Amino acid sequence: MNSKSSKFGRLYLIVIFLLLYIPIIYLIVYSFSTGTTMDNFHGFTLRHYQDLFADKRMLAIFLNTILIALLSSLISTVIGTIGAFNISNAKRRRTKQVLLSLNSILLVSPDVIIGASFLIFFTALSIPLGFWSVLLSHIAFEIPIVLLMVLPRLNEMSPSLINAAKDLGASQSQILSDIVIPFIQPGIISGFFMAITYSLDDFAVTFFVTGNGFTTLSVEIYSRARQGIDLEINALSGIMFIFSLILVVAYYFIEHQNQSGSSKKKRRLEERH
Amino acid sequence: MNNKLRCLLYAPYALWLLLFVIAPVALIFYYSFFNIAHHFTLDNYKTFFESGTYLTMTANSVFYAFLITLFTLIISYPMAYYISKLKHRDLWILLVILPTWINLLLKAYAFIGLLSHDGLVNNLSQFLGLGVHHMLFTNTSFILVAAYIQIPFMILPIYNSLLDINDSYIRASRDLGATSAQTFMKVILPLTKPGIQSGIQIVFIPSLSLFMLSRLIGGNKIITLGTAVEEHFLTTMNWGMGSTIGVVLIISMAIVMFFTSNRRKRRGPIK
Repeated sequence: MNSKSSKFGRLYLIVIFLLLYIPIIYLIVYSFSTGTTMDNFHGFTLRHYQDLFADKRMLAIFLNTILIALLSSLISTVIGTIGAFNISNAKRRRTKQVLLSLNSILLVSPDVIIGASFLIFFTALSIPLGFWSVLLSHIAFEIPIVLLMVLPRLNEMSPSLINAAKDLGASQSQILSDIVIPFIQPGIISGFFMAITYSLDDFAVTFFVTGNGFTTLSVEIYSRARQGIDLEINALSGIMFIFSLILVVAYYFIEHQNQSGSSKKKRRLEERH
Repeated sequence: MNNKLRCLLYAPYALWLLLFVIAPVALIFYYSFFNIAHHFTLDNYKTFFESGTYLTMTANSVFYAFLITLFTLIISYPMAYYISKLKHRDLWILLVILPTWINLLLKAYAFIGLLSHDGLVNNLSQFLGLGVHHMLFTNTSFILVAAYIQIPFMILPIYNSLLDINDSYIRASRDLGATSAQTFMKVILPLTKPGIQSGIQIVFIPSLSLFMLSRLIGGNKIITLGTAVEEHFLTTMNWGMGSTIGVVLIISMAIVMFFTSNRRKRRGPIK
Protein backbone atom coordinates (compact mmCIF):
# COMPACT_ATOMS: atom_id res chain seq x y z
CA MET A 1 0.00 0.00 0.00
CA ASN A 2 1.35 3.41 -0.82
CA SER A 3 1.28 6.05 1.86
CA LYS A 4 -1.56 8.10 0.36
CA SER A 5 -4.04 5.26 0.30
CA SER A 6 -2.93 4.02 3.71
CA LYS A 7 -3.58 7.48 5.16
CA PHE A 8 -7.05 7.44 3.70
CA GLY A 9 -7.49 3.89 4.94
CA ARG A 10 -6.52 4.82 8.46
CA LEU A 11 -8.89 7.76 8.46
CA TYR A 12 -11.68 5.57 7.10
CA LEU A 13 -11.10 2.95 9.78
CA ILE A 14 -11.14 5.56 12.54
CA VAL A 15 -14.39 7.11 11.26
CA ILE A 16 -16.24 3.81 10.95
CA PHE A 17 -14.98 2.52 14.30
CA LEU A 18 -16.19 5.75 15.88
CA LEU A 19 -19.58 5.29 14.26
CA LEU A 20 -19.73 1.71 15.51
CA TYR A 21 -18.94 2.64 19.07
CA ILE A 22 -20.64 6.03 19.53
CA PRO A 23 -24.10 4.58 20.21
CA ILE A 24 -22.73 2.16 22.79
CA ILE A 25 -20.59 4.78 24.54
CA TYR A 26 -23.51 7.20 24.42
CA LEU A 27 -25.75 4.69 26.18
CA ILE A 28 -23.24 4.01 28.91
CA VAL A 29 -22.35 7.69 29.45
CA TYR A 30 -25.99 8.61 30.01
CA SER A 31 -26.43 5.82 32.52
CA PHE A 32 -24.46 8.12 34.88
CA SER A 33 -26.48 11.26 34.15
CA THR A 34 -28.68 12.78 36.82
CA GLY A 35 -31.29 13.76 34.24
CA THR A 36 -34.12 11.64 32.96
CA THR A 37 -33.47 11.77 29.23
CA MET A 38 -30.58 11.16 26.86
CA ASP A 39 -29.86 14.80 26.10
CA ASN A 40 -27.65 17.29 27.94
CA PHE A 41 -25.57 15.45 30.46
CA HIS A 42 -26.55 16.73 33.91
CA GLY A 43 -23.94 15.52 36.32
CA PHE A 44 -22.64 12.29 37.69
CA THR A 45 -24.79 9.90 39.68
CA LEU A 46 -25.06 6.18 40.32
CA ARG A 47 -28.77 6.48 40.99
CA HIS A 48 -29.87 4.57 37.91
CA TYR A 49 -27.68 1.67 38.88
CA GLN A 50 -29.16 1.73 42.36
CA ASP A 51 -32.63 1.75 40.83
CA LEU A 52 -31.69 -1.16 38.63
CA PHE A 53 -30.35 -3.27 41.48
CA ALA A 54 -33.37 -2.42 43.62
CA ASP A 55 -35.68 -3.45 40.79
CA LYS A 56 -36.77 -6.93 41.84
CA ARG A 57 -38.64 -7.50 38.60
CA MET A 58 -35.59 -6.69 36.50
CA LEU A 59 -33.45 -9.03 38.60
CA ALA A 60 -35.93 -11.87 38.06
CA ILE A 61 -35.95 -11.20 34.32
CA PHE A 62 -32.16 -11.11 34.25
CA LEU A 63 -31.98 -14.48 36.02
CA ASN A 64 -34.59 -15.90 33.63
CA THR A 65 -32.54 -14.78 30.67
CA ILE A 66 -29.33 -16.31 32.01
CA LEU A 67 -31.10 -19.53 32.97
CA ILE A 68 -32.67 -19.89 29.53
CA ALA A 69 -29.32 -19.12 27.86
CA LEU A 70 -27.33 -21.66 29.89
CA LEU A 71 -29.92 -24.45 29.82
CA SER A 72 -30.71 -24.11 26.14
CA SER A 73 -27.02 -23.90 25.23
CA LEU A 74 -26.18 -27.04 27.19
CA ILE A 75 -28.98 -29.08 25.63
CA SER A 76 -28.43 -27.72 22.12
CA THR A 77 -24.69 -28.42 22.39
CA VAL A 78 -25.43 -32.08 23.16
CA ILE A 79 -28.01 -32.48 20.37
CA GLY A 80 -25.98 -30.43 17.89
CA THR A 81 -22.88 -32.54 18.54
CA ILE A 82 -24.91 -35.72 18.04
CA GLY A 83 -26.24 -34.21 14.82
CA ALA A 84 -22.71 -33.50 13.65
CA PHE A 85 -21.87 -37.17 14.26
CA ASN A 86 -24.93 -38.21 12.28
CA ILE A 87 -24.00 -36.03 9.33
CA SER A 88 -20.34 -37.03 9.28
CA ASN A 89 -21.32 -40.71 9.54
CA ALA A 90 -23.78 -40.48 6.66
CA LYS A 91 -22.60 -42.83 3.94
CA ARG A 92 -23.95 -41.12 0.86
CA ARG A 93 -22.99 -37.62 -0.21
CA ARG A 94 -26.60 -36.97 -1.17
CA THR A 95 -27.79 -37.66 2.39
CA LYS A 96 -25.14 -35.31 3.76
CA GLN A 97 -26.24 -32.54 1.42
CA VAL A 98 -29.91 -32.93 2.33
CA LEU A 99 -29.17 -32.99 6.06
CA LEU A 100 -26.95 -29.92 5.79
CA SER A 101 -29.59 -28.00 3.86
CA LEU A 102 -32.26 -28.92 6.41
CA ASN A 103 -29.85 -27.87 9.14
CA SER A 104 -29.36 -24.42 7.66
CA ILE A 105 -33.09 -23.67 7.29
CA LEU A 106 -33.33 -22.23 10.81
CA LEU A 107 -30.06 -20.33 10.38
CA VAL A 108 -31.19 -18.39 7.34
CA SER A 109 -34.89 -17.98 8.08
CA PRO A 110 -36.03 -14.53 9.09
CA ASP A 111 -36.62 -14.42 12.84
CA VAL A 112 -40.23 -13.48 12.33
CA ILE A 113 -40.91 -16.69 10.42
CA ILE A 114 -39.22 -18.82 13.08
CA GLY A 115 -41.21 -17.06 15.79
CA ALA A 116 -44.54 -17.30 13.99
CA SER A 117 -44.11 -20.93 12.98
CA PHE A 118 -43.08 -21.93 16.51
CA LEU A 119 -46.09 -20.09 17.89
CA ILE A 120 -48.38 -22.11 15.62
CA PHE A 121 -46.50 -25.27 16.54
CA PHE A 122 -46.77 -24.78 20.31
CA THR A 123 -50.41 -23.83 20.05
CA ALA A 124 -51.14 -26.89 17.92
CA LEU A 125 -49.51 -29.11 20.53
CA SER A 126 -51.17 -27.05 23.28
CA ILE A 127 -47.84 -26.40 24.98
CA PRO A 128 -48.44 -23.42 27.29
CA LEU A 129 -46.54 -20.27 26.33
CA GLY A 130 -43.96 -19.25 28.90
CA PHE A 131 -40.72 -20.67 30.22
CA TRP A 132 -40.97 -24.01 28.42
CA SER A 133 -41.93 -22.65 25.03
CA VAL A 134 -39.09 -20.11 25.17
CA LEU A 135 -36.60 -22.77 26.28
CA LEU A 136 -37.65 -25.18 23.51
CA SER A 137 -37.44 -22.48 20.83
CA HIS A 138 -34.00 -21.40 21.98
CA ILE A 139 -32.78 -25.00 21.91
CA ALA A 140 -34.27 -25.35 18.44
CA PHE A 141 -32.54 -22.38 16.84
CA GLU A 142 -29.21 -22.98 18.60
CA ILE A 143 -28.77 -26.56 17.42
CA PRO A 144 -27.78 -25.72 13.82
CA ILE A 145 -25.06 -23.26 14.87
CA VAL A 146 -23.53 -25.80 17.29
CA LEU A 147 -23.57 -28.40 14.54
CA LEU A 148 -21.77 -26.07 12.14
CA MET A 149 -19.07 -25.45 14.74
CA VAL A 150 -18.51 -29.13 15.52
CA LEU A 151 -18.74 -30.62 12.02
CA PRO A 152 -15.47 -29.17 10.61
CA ARG A 153 -13.51 -30.66 13.52
CA LEU A 154 -15.12 -34.05 12.96
CA ASN A 155 -14.27 -33.90 9.28
CA GLU A 156 -10.66 -33.01 10.10
CA MET A 157 -10.23 -36.12 12.20
CA SER A 158 -8.40 -38.78 10.24
CA PRO A 159 -9.95 -42.27 10.23
CA SER A 160 -6.52 -43.77 10.88
CA LEU A 161 -6.70 -42.38 14.43
CA ILE A 162 -9.79 -44.47 15.10
CA ASN A 163 -8.37 -47.48 13.33
CA ALA A 164 -5.20 -47.28 15.37
CA ALA A 165 -7.21 -47.13 18.57
CA LYS A 166 -9.24 -50.15 17.46
CA ASP A 167 -6.07 -52.07 16.64
CA LEU A 168 -4.76 -51.28 20.09
CA GLY A 169 -7.89 -52.80 21.56
CA ALA A 170 -9.93 -49.78 22.57
CA SER A 171 -13.65 -50.32 23.03
CA GLN A 172 -16.24 -48.13 21.30
CA SER A 173 -16.84 -46.08 24.41
CA GLN A 174 -13.11 -45.60 24.98
CA ILE A 175 -12.65 -44.41 21.42
CA LEU A 176 -15.41 -41.90 21.97
CA SER A 177 -14.28 -40.61 25.35
CA ASP A 178 -10.48 -40.71 24.88
CA ILE A 179 -10.06 -39.82 21.22
CA VAL A 180 -13.07 -38.35 19.47
CA ILE A 181 -14.41 -36.06 22.18
CA PRO A 182 -11.02 -34.49 23.06
CA PHE A 183 -10.35 -33.93 19.38
CA ILE A 184 -13.61 -32.13 18.68
CA GLN A 185 -13.71 -30.33 22.03
CA PRO A 186 -12.72 -26.90 20.66
CA GLY A 187 -15.62 -27.08 18.23
CA ILE A 188 -17.98 -28.05 21.03
CA ILE A 189 -16.82 -25.15 23.20
CA SER A 190 -17.16 -22.57 20.41
CA GLY A 191 -20.57 -23.99 19.61
CA PHE A 192 -21.63 -23.67 23.23
CA PHE A 193 -20.47 -20.05 23.38
CA MET A 194 -22.18 -19.21 20.10
CA ALA A 195 -25.37 -20.77 21.41
CA ILE A 196 -25.20 -18.59 24.52
CA THR A 197 -24.79 -15.43 22.46
CA TYR A 198 -27.64 -16.42 20.15
CA SER A 199 -29.84 -16.97 23.16
CA LEU A 200 -28.93 -13.72 24.89
CA ASP A 201 -29.33 -11.78 21.68
CA ASP A 202 -32.63 -13.17 20.56
CA PHE A 203 -35.64 -10.94 20.57
CA ALA A 204 -38.03 -11.78 17.75
CA VAL A 205 -38.50 -15.50 18.39
CA THR A 206 -38.88 -15.02 22.13
CA PHE A 207 -41.32 -12.17 21.55
CA PHE A 208 -43.58 -14.53 19.61
CA VAL A 209 -43.49 -17.53 21.89
CA THR A 210 -43.46 -15.89 25.30
CA GLY A 211 -46.89 -15.63 26.80
CA ASN A 212 -47.94 -13.19 29.46
CA GLY A 213 -45.88 -13.33 32.60
CA PHE A 214 -42.60 -14.73 31.33
CA THR A 215 -40.11 -12.26 29.84
CA THR A 216 -36.48 -12.12 28.90
CA LEU A 217 -34.29 -9.03 28.91
CA SER A 218 -34.71 -8.34 25.20
CA VAL A 219 -38.49 -8.39 25.39
CA GLU A 220 -38.44 -6.24 28.52
CA ILE A 221 -36.14 -3.68 26.91
CA TYR A 222 -38.42 -3.56 23.90
CA SER A 223 -41.54 -2.90 25.91
CA ARG A 224 -39.78 -0.25 28.02
CA ALA A 225 -38.19 1.44 25.02
CA ARG A 226 -41.60 1.73 23.37
CA GLN A 227 -42.68 3.82 26.32
CA GLY A 228 -39.77 6.21 25.75
CA ILE A 229 -36.44 6.92 27.38
CA ASP A 230 -35.79 5.33 30.74
CA LEU A 231 -32.26 5.69 32.06
CA GLU A 232 -32.56 2.43 33.96
CA ILE A 233 -32.19 0.77 30.55
CA ASN A 234 -28.93 2.69 30.13
CA ALA A 235 -27.70 1.32 33.42
CA LEU A 236 -28.69 -2.14 32.23
CA SER A 237 -26.74 -1.66 29.01
CA GLY A 238 -23.69 -0.67 31.04
CA ILE A 239 -23.93 -3.93 32.97
CA MET A 240 -24.56 -5.92 29.79
CA PHE A 241 -21.62 -4.34 28.02
CA ILE A 242 -19.29 -5.45 30.80
CA PHE A 243 -20.91 -8.88 30.66
CA SER A 244 -20.36 -9.18 26.90
CA LEU A 245 -16.79 -8.01 27.27
CA ILE A 246 -16.13 -10.76 29.79
CA LEU A 247 -17.77 -13.30 27.49
CA VAL A 248 -15.77 -12.16 24.46
CA VAL A 249 -12.50 -12.24 26.36
CA ALA A 250 -13.32 -15.68 27.77
CA TYR A 251 -14.26 -16.99 24.34
CA TYR A 252 -11.10 -15.78 22.67
CA PHE A 253 -8.96 -16.91 25.56
CA ILE A 254 -10.37 -20.42 25.18
CA GLU A 255 -10.02 -20.29 21.39
CA HIS A 256 -6.44 -19.08 21.72
CA GLN A 257 -5.65 -21.81 24.23
CA ASN A 258 -7.02 -24.37 21.82
CA GLN A 259 -5.05 -22.98 18.92
CA SER A 260 -1.80 -22.89 20.82
CA GLY A 261 -2.59 -26.35 22.17
CA SER A 262 -3.15 -27.78 18.74
CA SER A 263 -0.05 -26.08 17.37
CA LYS A 264 1.96 -27.59 20.22
CA LYS A 265 0.56 -30.97 19.29
CA LYS A 266 1.46 -30.39 15.68
CA ARG A 267 4.99 -29.43 16.63
CA ARG A 268 5.33 -32.51 18.76
CA LEU A 269 4.13 -34.66 15.91
CA GLU A 270 6.57 -33.02 13.54
CA GLU A 271 9.44 -33.62 15.93
CA ARG A 272 8.67 -37.30 15.98
CA HIS A 273 8.80 -37.59 12.22
CA MET B 1 -27.46 -53.94 21.12
CA ASN B 2 -25.71 -52.13 18.34
CA ASN B 3 -28.99 -51.30 16.65
CA LYS B 4 -30.39 -49.89 19.85
CA LEU B 5 -27.34 -47.70 20.29
CA ARG B 6 -27.64 -46.55 16.73
CA CYS B 7 -31.27 -45.56 17.26
CA LEU B 8 -30.31 -43.65 20.38
CA LEU B 9 -27.63 -41.83 18.44
CA TYR B 10 -29.93 -40.83 15.63
CA ALA B 11 -33.06 -40.08 17.62
CA PRO B 12 -32.39 -36.64 19.15
CA TYR B 13 -31.23 -34.92 16.01
CA ALA B 14 -33.85 -36.57 13.83
CA LEU B 15 -36.54 -35.57 16.31
CA TRP B 16 -35.33 -32.00 16.25
CA LEU B 17 -35.36 -31.93 12.45
CA LEU B 18 -38.86 -33.31 12.37
CA LEU B 19 -40.38 -31.25 15.17
CA PHE B 20 -38.64 -27.91 14.88
CA VAL B 21 -37.65 -27.62 11.25
CA ILE B 22 -40.06 -29.56 9.09
CA ALA B 23 -43.22 -29.31 11.20
CA PRO B 24 -43.20 -25.51 11.71
CA VAL B 25 -42.61 -24.80 8.02
CA ALA B 26 -45.34 -27.26 7.09
CA LEU B 27 -47.68 -25.64 9.62
CA ILE B 28 -47.09 -22.18 8.16
CA PHE B 29 -48.00 -23.47 4.71
CA TYR B 30 -51.02 -25.30 6.14
CA TYR B 31 -52.34 -22.30 8.05
CA SER B 32 -52.05 -20.01 5.06
CA PHE B 33 -55.04 -21.86 3.56
CA PHE B 34 -57.38 -21.08 6.45
CA ASN B 35 -59.31 -17.96 7.32
CA ILE B 36 -60.12 -16.60 10.78
CA ALA B 37 -63.06 -18.96 11.14
CA HIS B 38 -60.83 -21.97 10.36
CA HIS B 39 -62.40 -22.76 7.01
CA PHE B 40 -60.27 -23.98 4.17
CA THR B 41 -59.95 -21.21 1.64
CA LEU B 42 -57.66 -19.66 -0.92
CA ASP B 43 -58.83 -16.19 0.05
CA ASN B 44 -55.64 -15.24 1.87
CA TYR B 45 -53.63 -15.62 -1.29
CA LYS B 46 -56.32 -13.87 -3.25
CA THR B 47 -56.29 -10.95 -0.81
CA PHE B 48 -52.52 -10.83 -0.97
CA PHE B 49 -52.26 -10.68 -4.73
CA GLU B 50 -55.36 -8.61 -5.44
CA SER B 51 -55.13 -5.90 -2.83
CA GLY B 52 -52.62 -3.24 -3.71
CA THR B 53 -51.54 -2.74 -0.10
CA TYR B 54 -49.88 -6.14 0.30
CA LEU B 55 -48.12 -5.93 -3.02
CA THR B 56 -46.83 -2.42 -2.31
CA MET B 57 -45.75 -3.63 1.11
CA THR B 58 -43.80 -6.50 -0.43
CA ALA B 59 -42.20 -4.20 -2.98
CA ASN B 60 -41.37 -1.74 -0.19
CA SER B 61 -39.85 -4.42 2.01
CA VAL B 62 -37.68 -5.74 -0.77
CA PHE B 63 -36.67 -2.22 -1.74
CA TYR B 64 -35.74 -1.29 1.83
CA ALA B 65 -33.85 -4.53 2.35
CA PHE B 66 -32.03 -3.85 -0.90
CA LEU B 67 -31.10 -0.32 0.19
CA ILE B 68 -29.93 -1.53 3.62
CA THR B 69 -27.83 -4.26 2.01
CA LEU B 70 -26.30 -1.92 -0.56
CA PHE B 71 -25.51 0.71 2.03
CA THR B 72 -23.99 -1.87 4.35
CA LEU B 73 -21.89 -3.35 1.56
CA ILE B 74 -20.52 0.03 0.45
CA ILE B 75 -19.44 0.86 4.00
CA SER B 76 -18.19 -2.61 4.92
CA TYR B 77 -16.05 -3.55 1.94
CA PRO B 78 -13.38 -0.84 2.39
CA MET B 79 -13.50 -1.48 6.11
CA ALA B 80 -12.81 -5.19 5.66
CA TYR B 81 -10.12 -4.39 3.10
CA TYR B 82 -8.22 -1.97 5.33
CA ILE B 83 -8.52 -4.17 8.40
CA SER B 84 -7.08 -7.12 6.47
CA LYS B 85 -4.03 -4.97 5.74
CA LEU B 86 -3.35 -4.07 9.37
CA LYS B 87 -0.66 -5.55 11.56
CA HIS B 88 -2.82 -6.55 14.50
CA ARG B 89 -5.84 -7.38 12.39
CA ASP B 90 -7.13 -10.09 14.73
CA LEU B 91 -7.53 -7.52 17.44
CA TRP B 92 -9.24 -5.01 15.14
CA ILE B 93 -11.66 -7.56 13.79
CA LEU B 94 -12.47 -8.44 17.39
CA LEU B 95 -13.40 -4.78 17.87
CA VAL B 96 -15.75 -5.10 14.90
CA ILE B 97 -17.39 -8.15 16.44
CA LEU B 98 -17.73 -6.73 19.93
CA PRO B 99 -20.76 -4.49 19.16
CA THR B 100 -22.64 -7.53 17.85
CA TRP B 101 -22.55 -8.94 21.38
CA ILE B 102 -24.51 -5.96 22.64
CA ASN B 103 -28.19 -6.69 22.56
CA LEU B 104 -29.87 -5.48 19.39
CA LEU B 105 -32.65 -3.80 21.34
CA LEU B 106 -30.17 -1.76 23.35
CA LYS B 107 -28.59 -0.47 20.16
CA ALA B 108 -31.97 0.47 18.76
CA TYR B 109 -32.76 2.18 22.04
CA ALA B 110 -29.49 4.15 21.84
CA PHE B 111 -30.59 5.55 18.51
CA ILE B 112 -33.88 6.73 19.99
CA GLY B 113 -31.75 9.00 22.17
CA LEU B 114 -29.20 9.85 19.48
CA LEU B 115 -31.76 10.85 16.87
CA SER B 116 -34.26 12.55 19.17
CA HIS B 117 -35.12 16.22 18.85
CA ASP B 118 -32.53 17.30 21.44
CA GLY B 119 -30.21 14.37 20.88
CA LEU B 120 -26.55 14.27 19.95
CA VAL B 121 -27.06 14.26 16.18
CA ASN B 122 -29.29 17.31 16.24
CA ASN B 123 -26.92 19.10 18.63
CA LEU B 124 -24.08 18.45 16.19
CA SER B 125 -26.02 19.62 13.18
CA GLN B 126 -27.07 22.76 15.07
CA PHE B 127 -23.46 23.33 16.04
CA LEU B 128 -22.45 23.05 12.39
CA GLY B 129 -25.21 25.47 11.47
CA LEU B 130 -27.33 22.89 9.66
CA GLY B 131 -30.38 23.43 11.82
CA VAL B 132 -32.53 20.93 13.68
CA HIS B 133 -34.05 18.07 11.75
CA HIS B 134 -36.82 15.72 12.58
CA MET B 135 -35.06 12.42 12.24
CA LEU B 136 -36.67 9.87 14.49
CA PHE B 137 -39.51 7.88 12.92
CA THR B 138 -38.43 8.47 9.35
CA ASN B 139 -37.45 6.05 6.59
CA THR B 140 -33.90 7.38 6.59
CA SER B 141 -33.42 6.68 10.27
CA PHE B 142 -34.78 3.17 9.81
CA ILE B 143 -32.28 2.41 7.03
CA LEU B 144 -29.46 4.03 8.98
CA VAL B 145 -30.04 2.01 12.15
CA ALA B 146 -30.60 -1.23 10.25
CA ALA B 147 -27.34 -0.71 8.36
CA TYR B 148 -25.53 0.11 11.61
CA ILE B 149 -26.67 -3.17 13.11
CA GLN B 150 -25.73 -5.21 10.05
CA ILE B 151 -22.27 -3.76 9.26
CA PRO B 152 -20.25 -6.24 11.37
CA PHE B 153 -22.06 -9.19 9.81
CA MET B 154 -21.14 -7.91 6.35
CA ILE B 155 -17.52 -7.16 7.28
CA LEU B 156 -16.77 -10.65 8.62
CA PRO B 157 -17.35 -12.83 5.54
CA ILE B 158 -15.67 -10.26 3.26
CA TYR B 159 -12.71 -10.04 5.64
CA ASN B 160 -12.38 -13.83 5.70
CA SER B 161 -12.46 -14.02 1.91
CA LEU B 162 -9.82 -11.27 1.70
CA LEU B 163 -7.56 -13.25 4.01
CA ASP B 164 -8.00 -16.31 1.81
CA ILE B 165 -6.46 -14.54 -1.18
CA ASN B 166 -3.02 -15.84 -1.93
CA ASP B 167 -0.51 -12.98 -1.92
CA SER B 168 1.28 -14.32 -4.96
CA TYR B 169 -1.73 -13.45 -7.14
CA ILE B 170 -1.44 -9.83 -6.14
CA ARG B 171 2.31 -9.81 -6.65
CA ALA B 172 1.86 -11.48 -10.02
CA SER B 173 -0.61 -8.87 -11.18
CA ARG B 174 1.79 -6.12 -10.08
CA ASP B 175 4.69 -7.82 -11.86
CA LEU B 176 2.62 -8.01 -15.00
CA GLY B 177 2.20 -4.26 -14.85
CA ALA B 178 -1.31 -3.84 -13.43
CA THR B 179 -1.99 -0.60 -11.58
CA SER B 180 -3.35 -0.98 -8.09
CA ALA B 181 -6.83 -0.08 -9.34
CA GLN B 182 -6.59 -2.77 -11.99
CA THR B 183 -5.32 -5.28 -9.46
CA PHE B 184 -8.28 -4.52 -7.26
CA MET B 185 -10.85 -4.76 -10.04
CA LYS B 186 -9.45 -7.78 -11.82
CA VAL B 187 -7.96 -9.83 -8.99
CA ILE B 188 -9.11 -8.89 -5.52
CA LEU B 189 -12.77 -8.17 -6.23
CA PRO B 190 -13.48 -11.38 -8.19
CA LEU B 191 -11.69 -13.46 -5.56
CA THR B 192 -13.77 -11.98 -2.72
CA LYS B 193 -17.05 -12.67 -4.52
CA PRO B 194 -17.97 -15.59 -2.21
CA GLY B 195 -17.50 -13.32 0.81
CA ILE B 196 -19.68 -10.64 -0.74
CA GLN B 197 -22.34 -13.22 -1.57
CA SER B 198 -22.56 -14.60 1.92
CA GLY B 199 -22.50 -11.07 3.31
CA ILE B 200 -25.49 -10.17 1.16
CA GLN B 201 -27.26 -13.31 2.30
CA ILE B 202 -26.59 -12.58 5.95
CA VAL B 203 -27.79 -8.99 5.69
CA PHE B 204 -30.62 -9.10 3.17
CA ILE B 205 -32.79 -11.81 4.70
CA PRO B 206 -32.99 -10.40 8.25
CA SER B 207 -33.57 -6.94 6.74
CA LEU B 208 -36.90 -8.20 5.42
CA SER B 209 -38.11 -8.83 8.94
CA LEU B 210 -36.78 -6.14 11.27
CA PHE B 211 -40.14 -5.45 12.83
CA MET B 212 -38.78 -4.23 16.15
CA LEU B 213 -36.75 -1.54 14.38
CA SER B 214 -39.65 -0.32 12.34
CA ARG B 215 -41.67 -0.16 15.55
CA LEU B 216 -39.02 1.64 17.61
CA ILE B 217 -37.22 3.76 15.04
CA GLY B 218 -39.47 3.82 11.99
CA GLY B 219 -42.43 4.81 14.13
CA ASN B 220 -44.78 2.30 12.50
CA LYS B 221 -44.74 4.31 9.30
CA ILE B 222 -42.71 1.67 7.55
CA ILE B 223 -44.73 -1.47 7.24
CA THR B 224 -42.44 -4.25 6.14
CA LEU B 225 -43.37 -7.89 5.64
CA GLY B 226 -41.94 -8.67 9.05
CA THR B 227 -44.05 -6.02 10.73
CA ALA B 228 -47.12 -7.35 8.96
CA VAL B 229 -46.45 -10.91 10.12
CA GLU B 230 -46.04 -9.73 13.70
CA GLU B 231 -49.23 -7.69 13.49
CA HIS B 232 -51.32 -10.55 12.12
CA PHE B 233 -50.03 -13.04 14.64
CA LEU B 234 -49.94 -11.01 17.82
CA THR B 235 -52.39 -8.15 17.38
CA THR B 236 -55.21 -8.96 14.99
CA MET B 237 -54.88 -12.72 15.54
CA ASN B 238 -55.45 -13.44 11.86
CA TRP B 239 -53.00 -16.32 11.66
CA GLY B 240 -54.08 -17.36 8.19
CA MET B 241 -53.13 -14.06 6.61
CA GLY B 242 -49.97 -13.90 8.72
CA SER B 243 -48.97 -17.33 7.48
CA THR B 244 -49.63 -16.30 3.90
CA ILE B 245 -47.24 -13.37 4.28
CA GLY B 246 -44.85 -15.82 5.93
CA VAL B 247 -45.02 -18.08 2.90
CA VAL B 248 -44.20 -15.11 0.68
CA LEU B 249 -41.24 -14.32 2.94
CA ILE B 250 -40.03 -17.92 2.78
CA ILE B 251 -40.25 -17.87 -1.00
CA SER B 252 -38.36 -14.58 -1.28
CA MET B 253 -35.76 -16.03 1.07
CA ALA B 254 -35.40 -19.06 -1.20
CA ILE B 255 -34.93 -16.76 -4.19
CA VAL B 256 -32.18 -14.80 -2.42
CA MET B 257 -30.50 -18.04 -1.36
CA PHE B 258 -30.67 -19.31 -4.92
CA PHE B 259 -29.00 -16.22 -6.37
CA THR B 260 -26.32 -15.98 -3.72
CA SER B 261 -25.86 -19.66 -3.10
CA ASN B 262 -22.70 -20.54 -1.42
CA ARG B 263 -22.75 -22.21 1.90
CA ARG B 264 -21.44 -20.06 4.66
CA LYS B 265 -22.54 -19.66 8.20
CA ARG B 266 -24.23 -16.69 9.69
CA ARG B 267 -21.63 -15.63 12.18
CA GLY B 268 -18.56 -17.60 11.28
CA PRO B 269 -15.56 -17.79 13.54
CA ILE B 270 -12.52 -15.79 12.65
CA LYS B 271 -9.82 -17.44 10.67
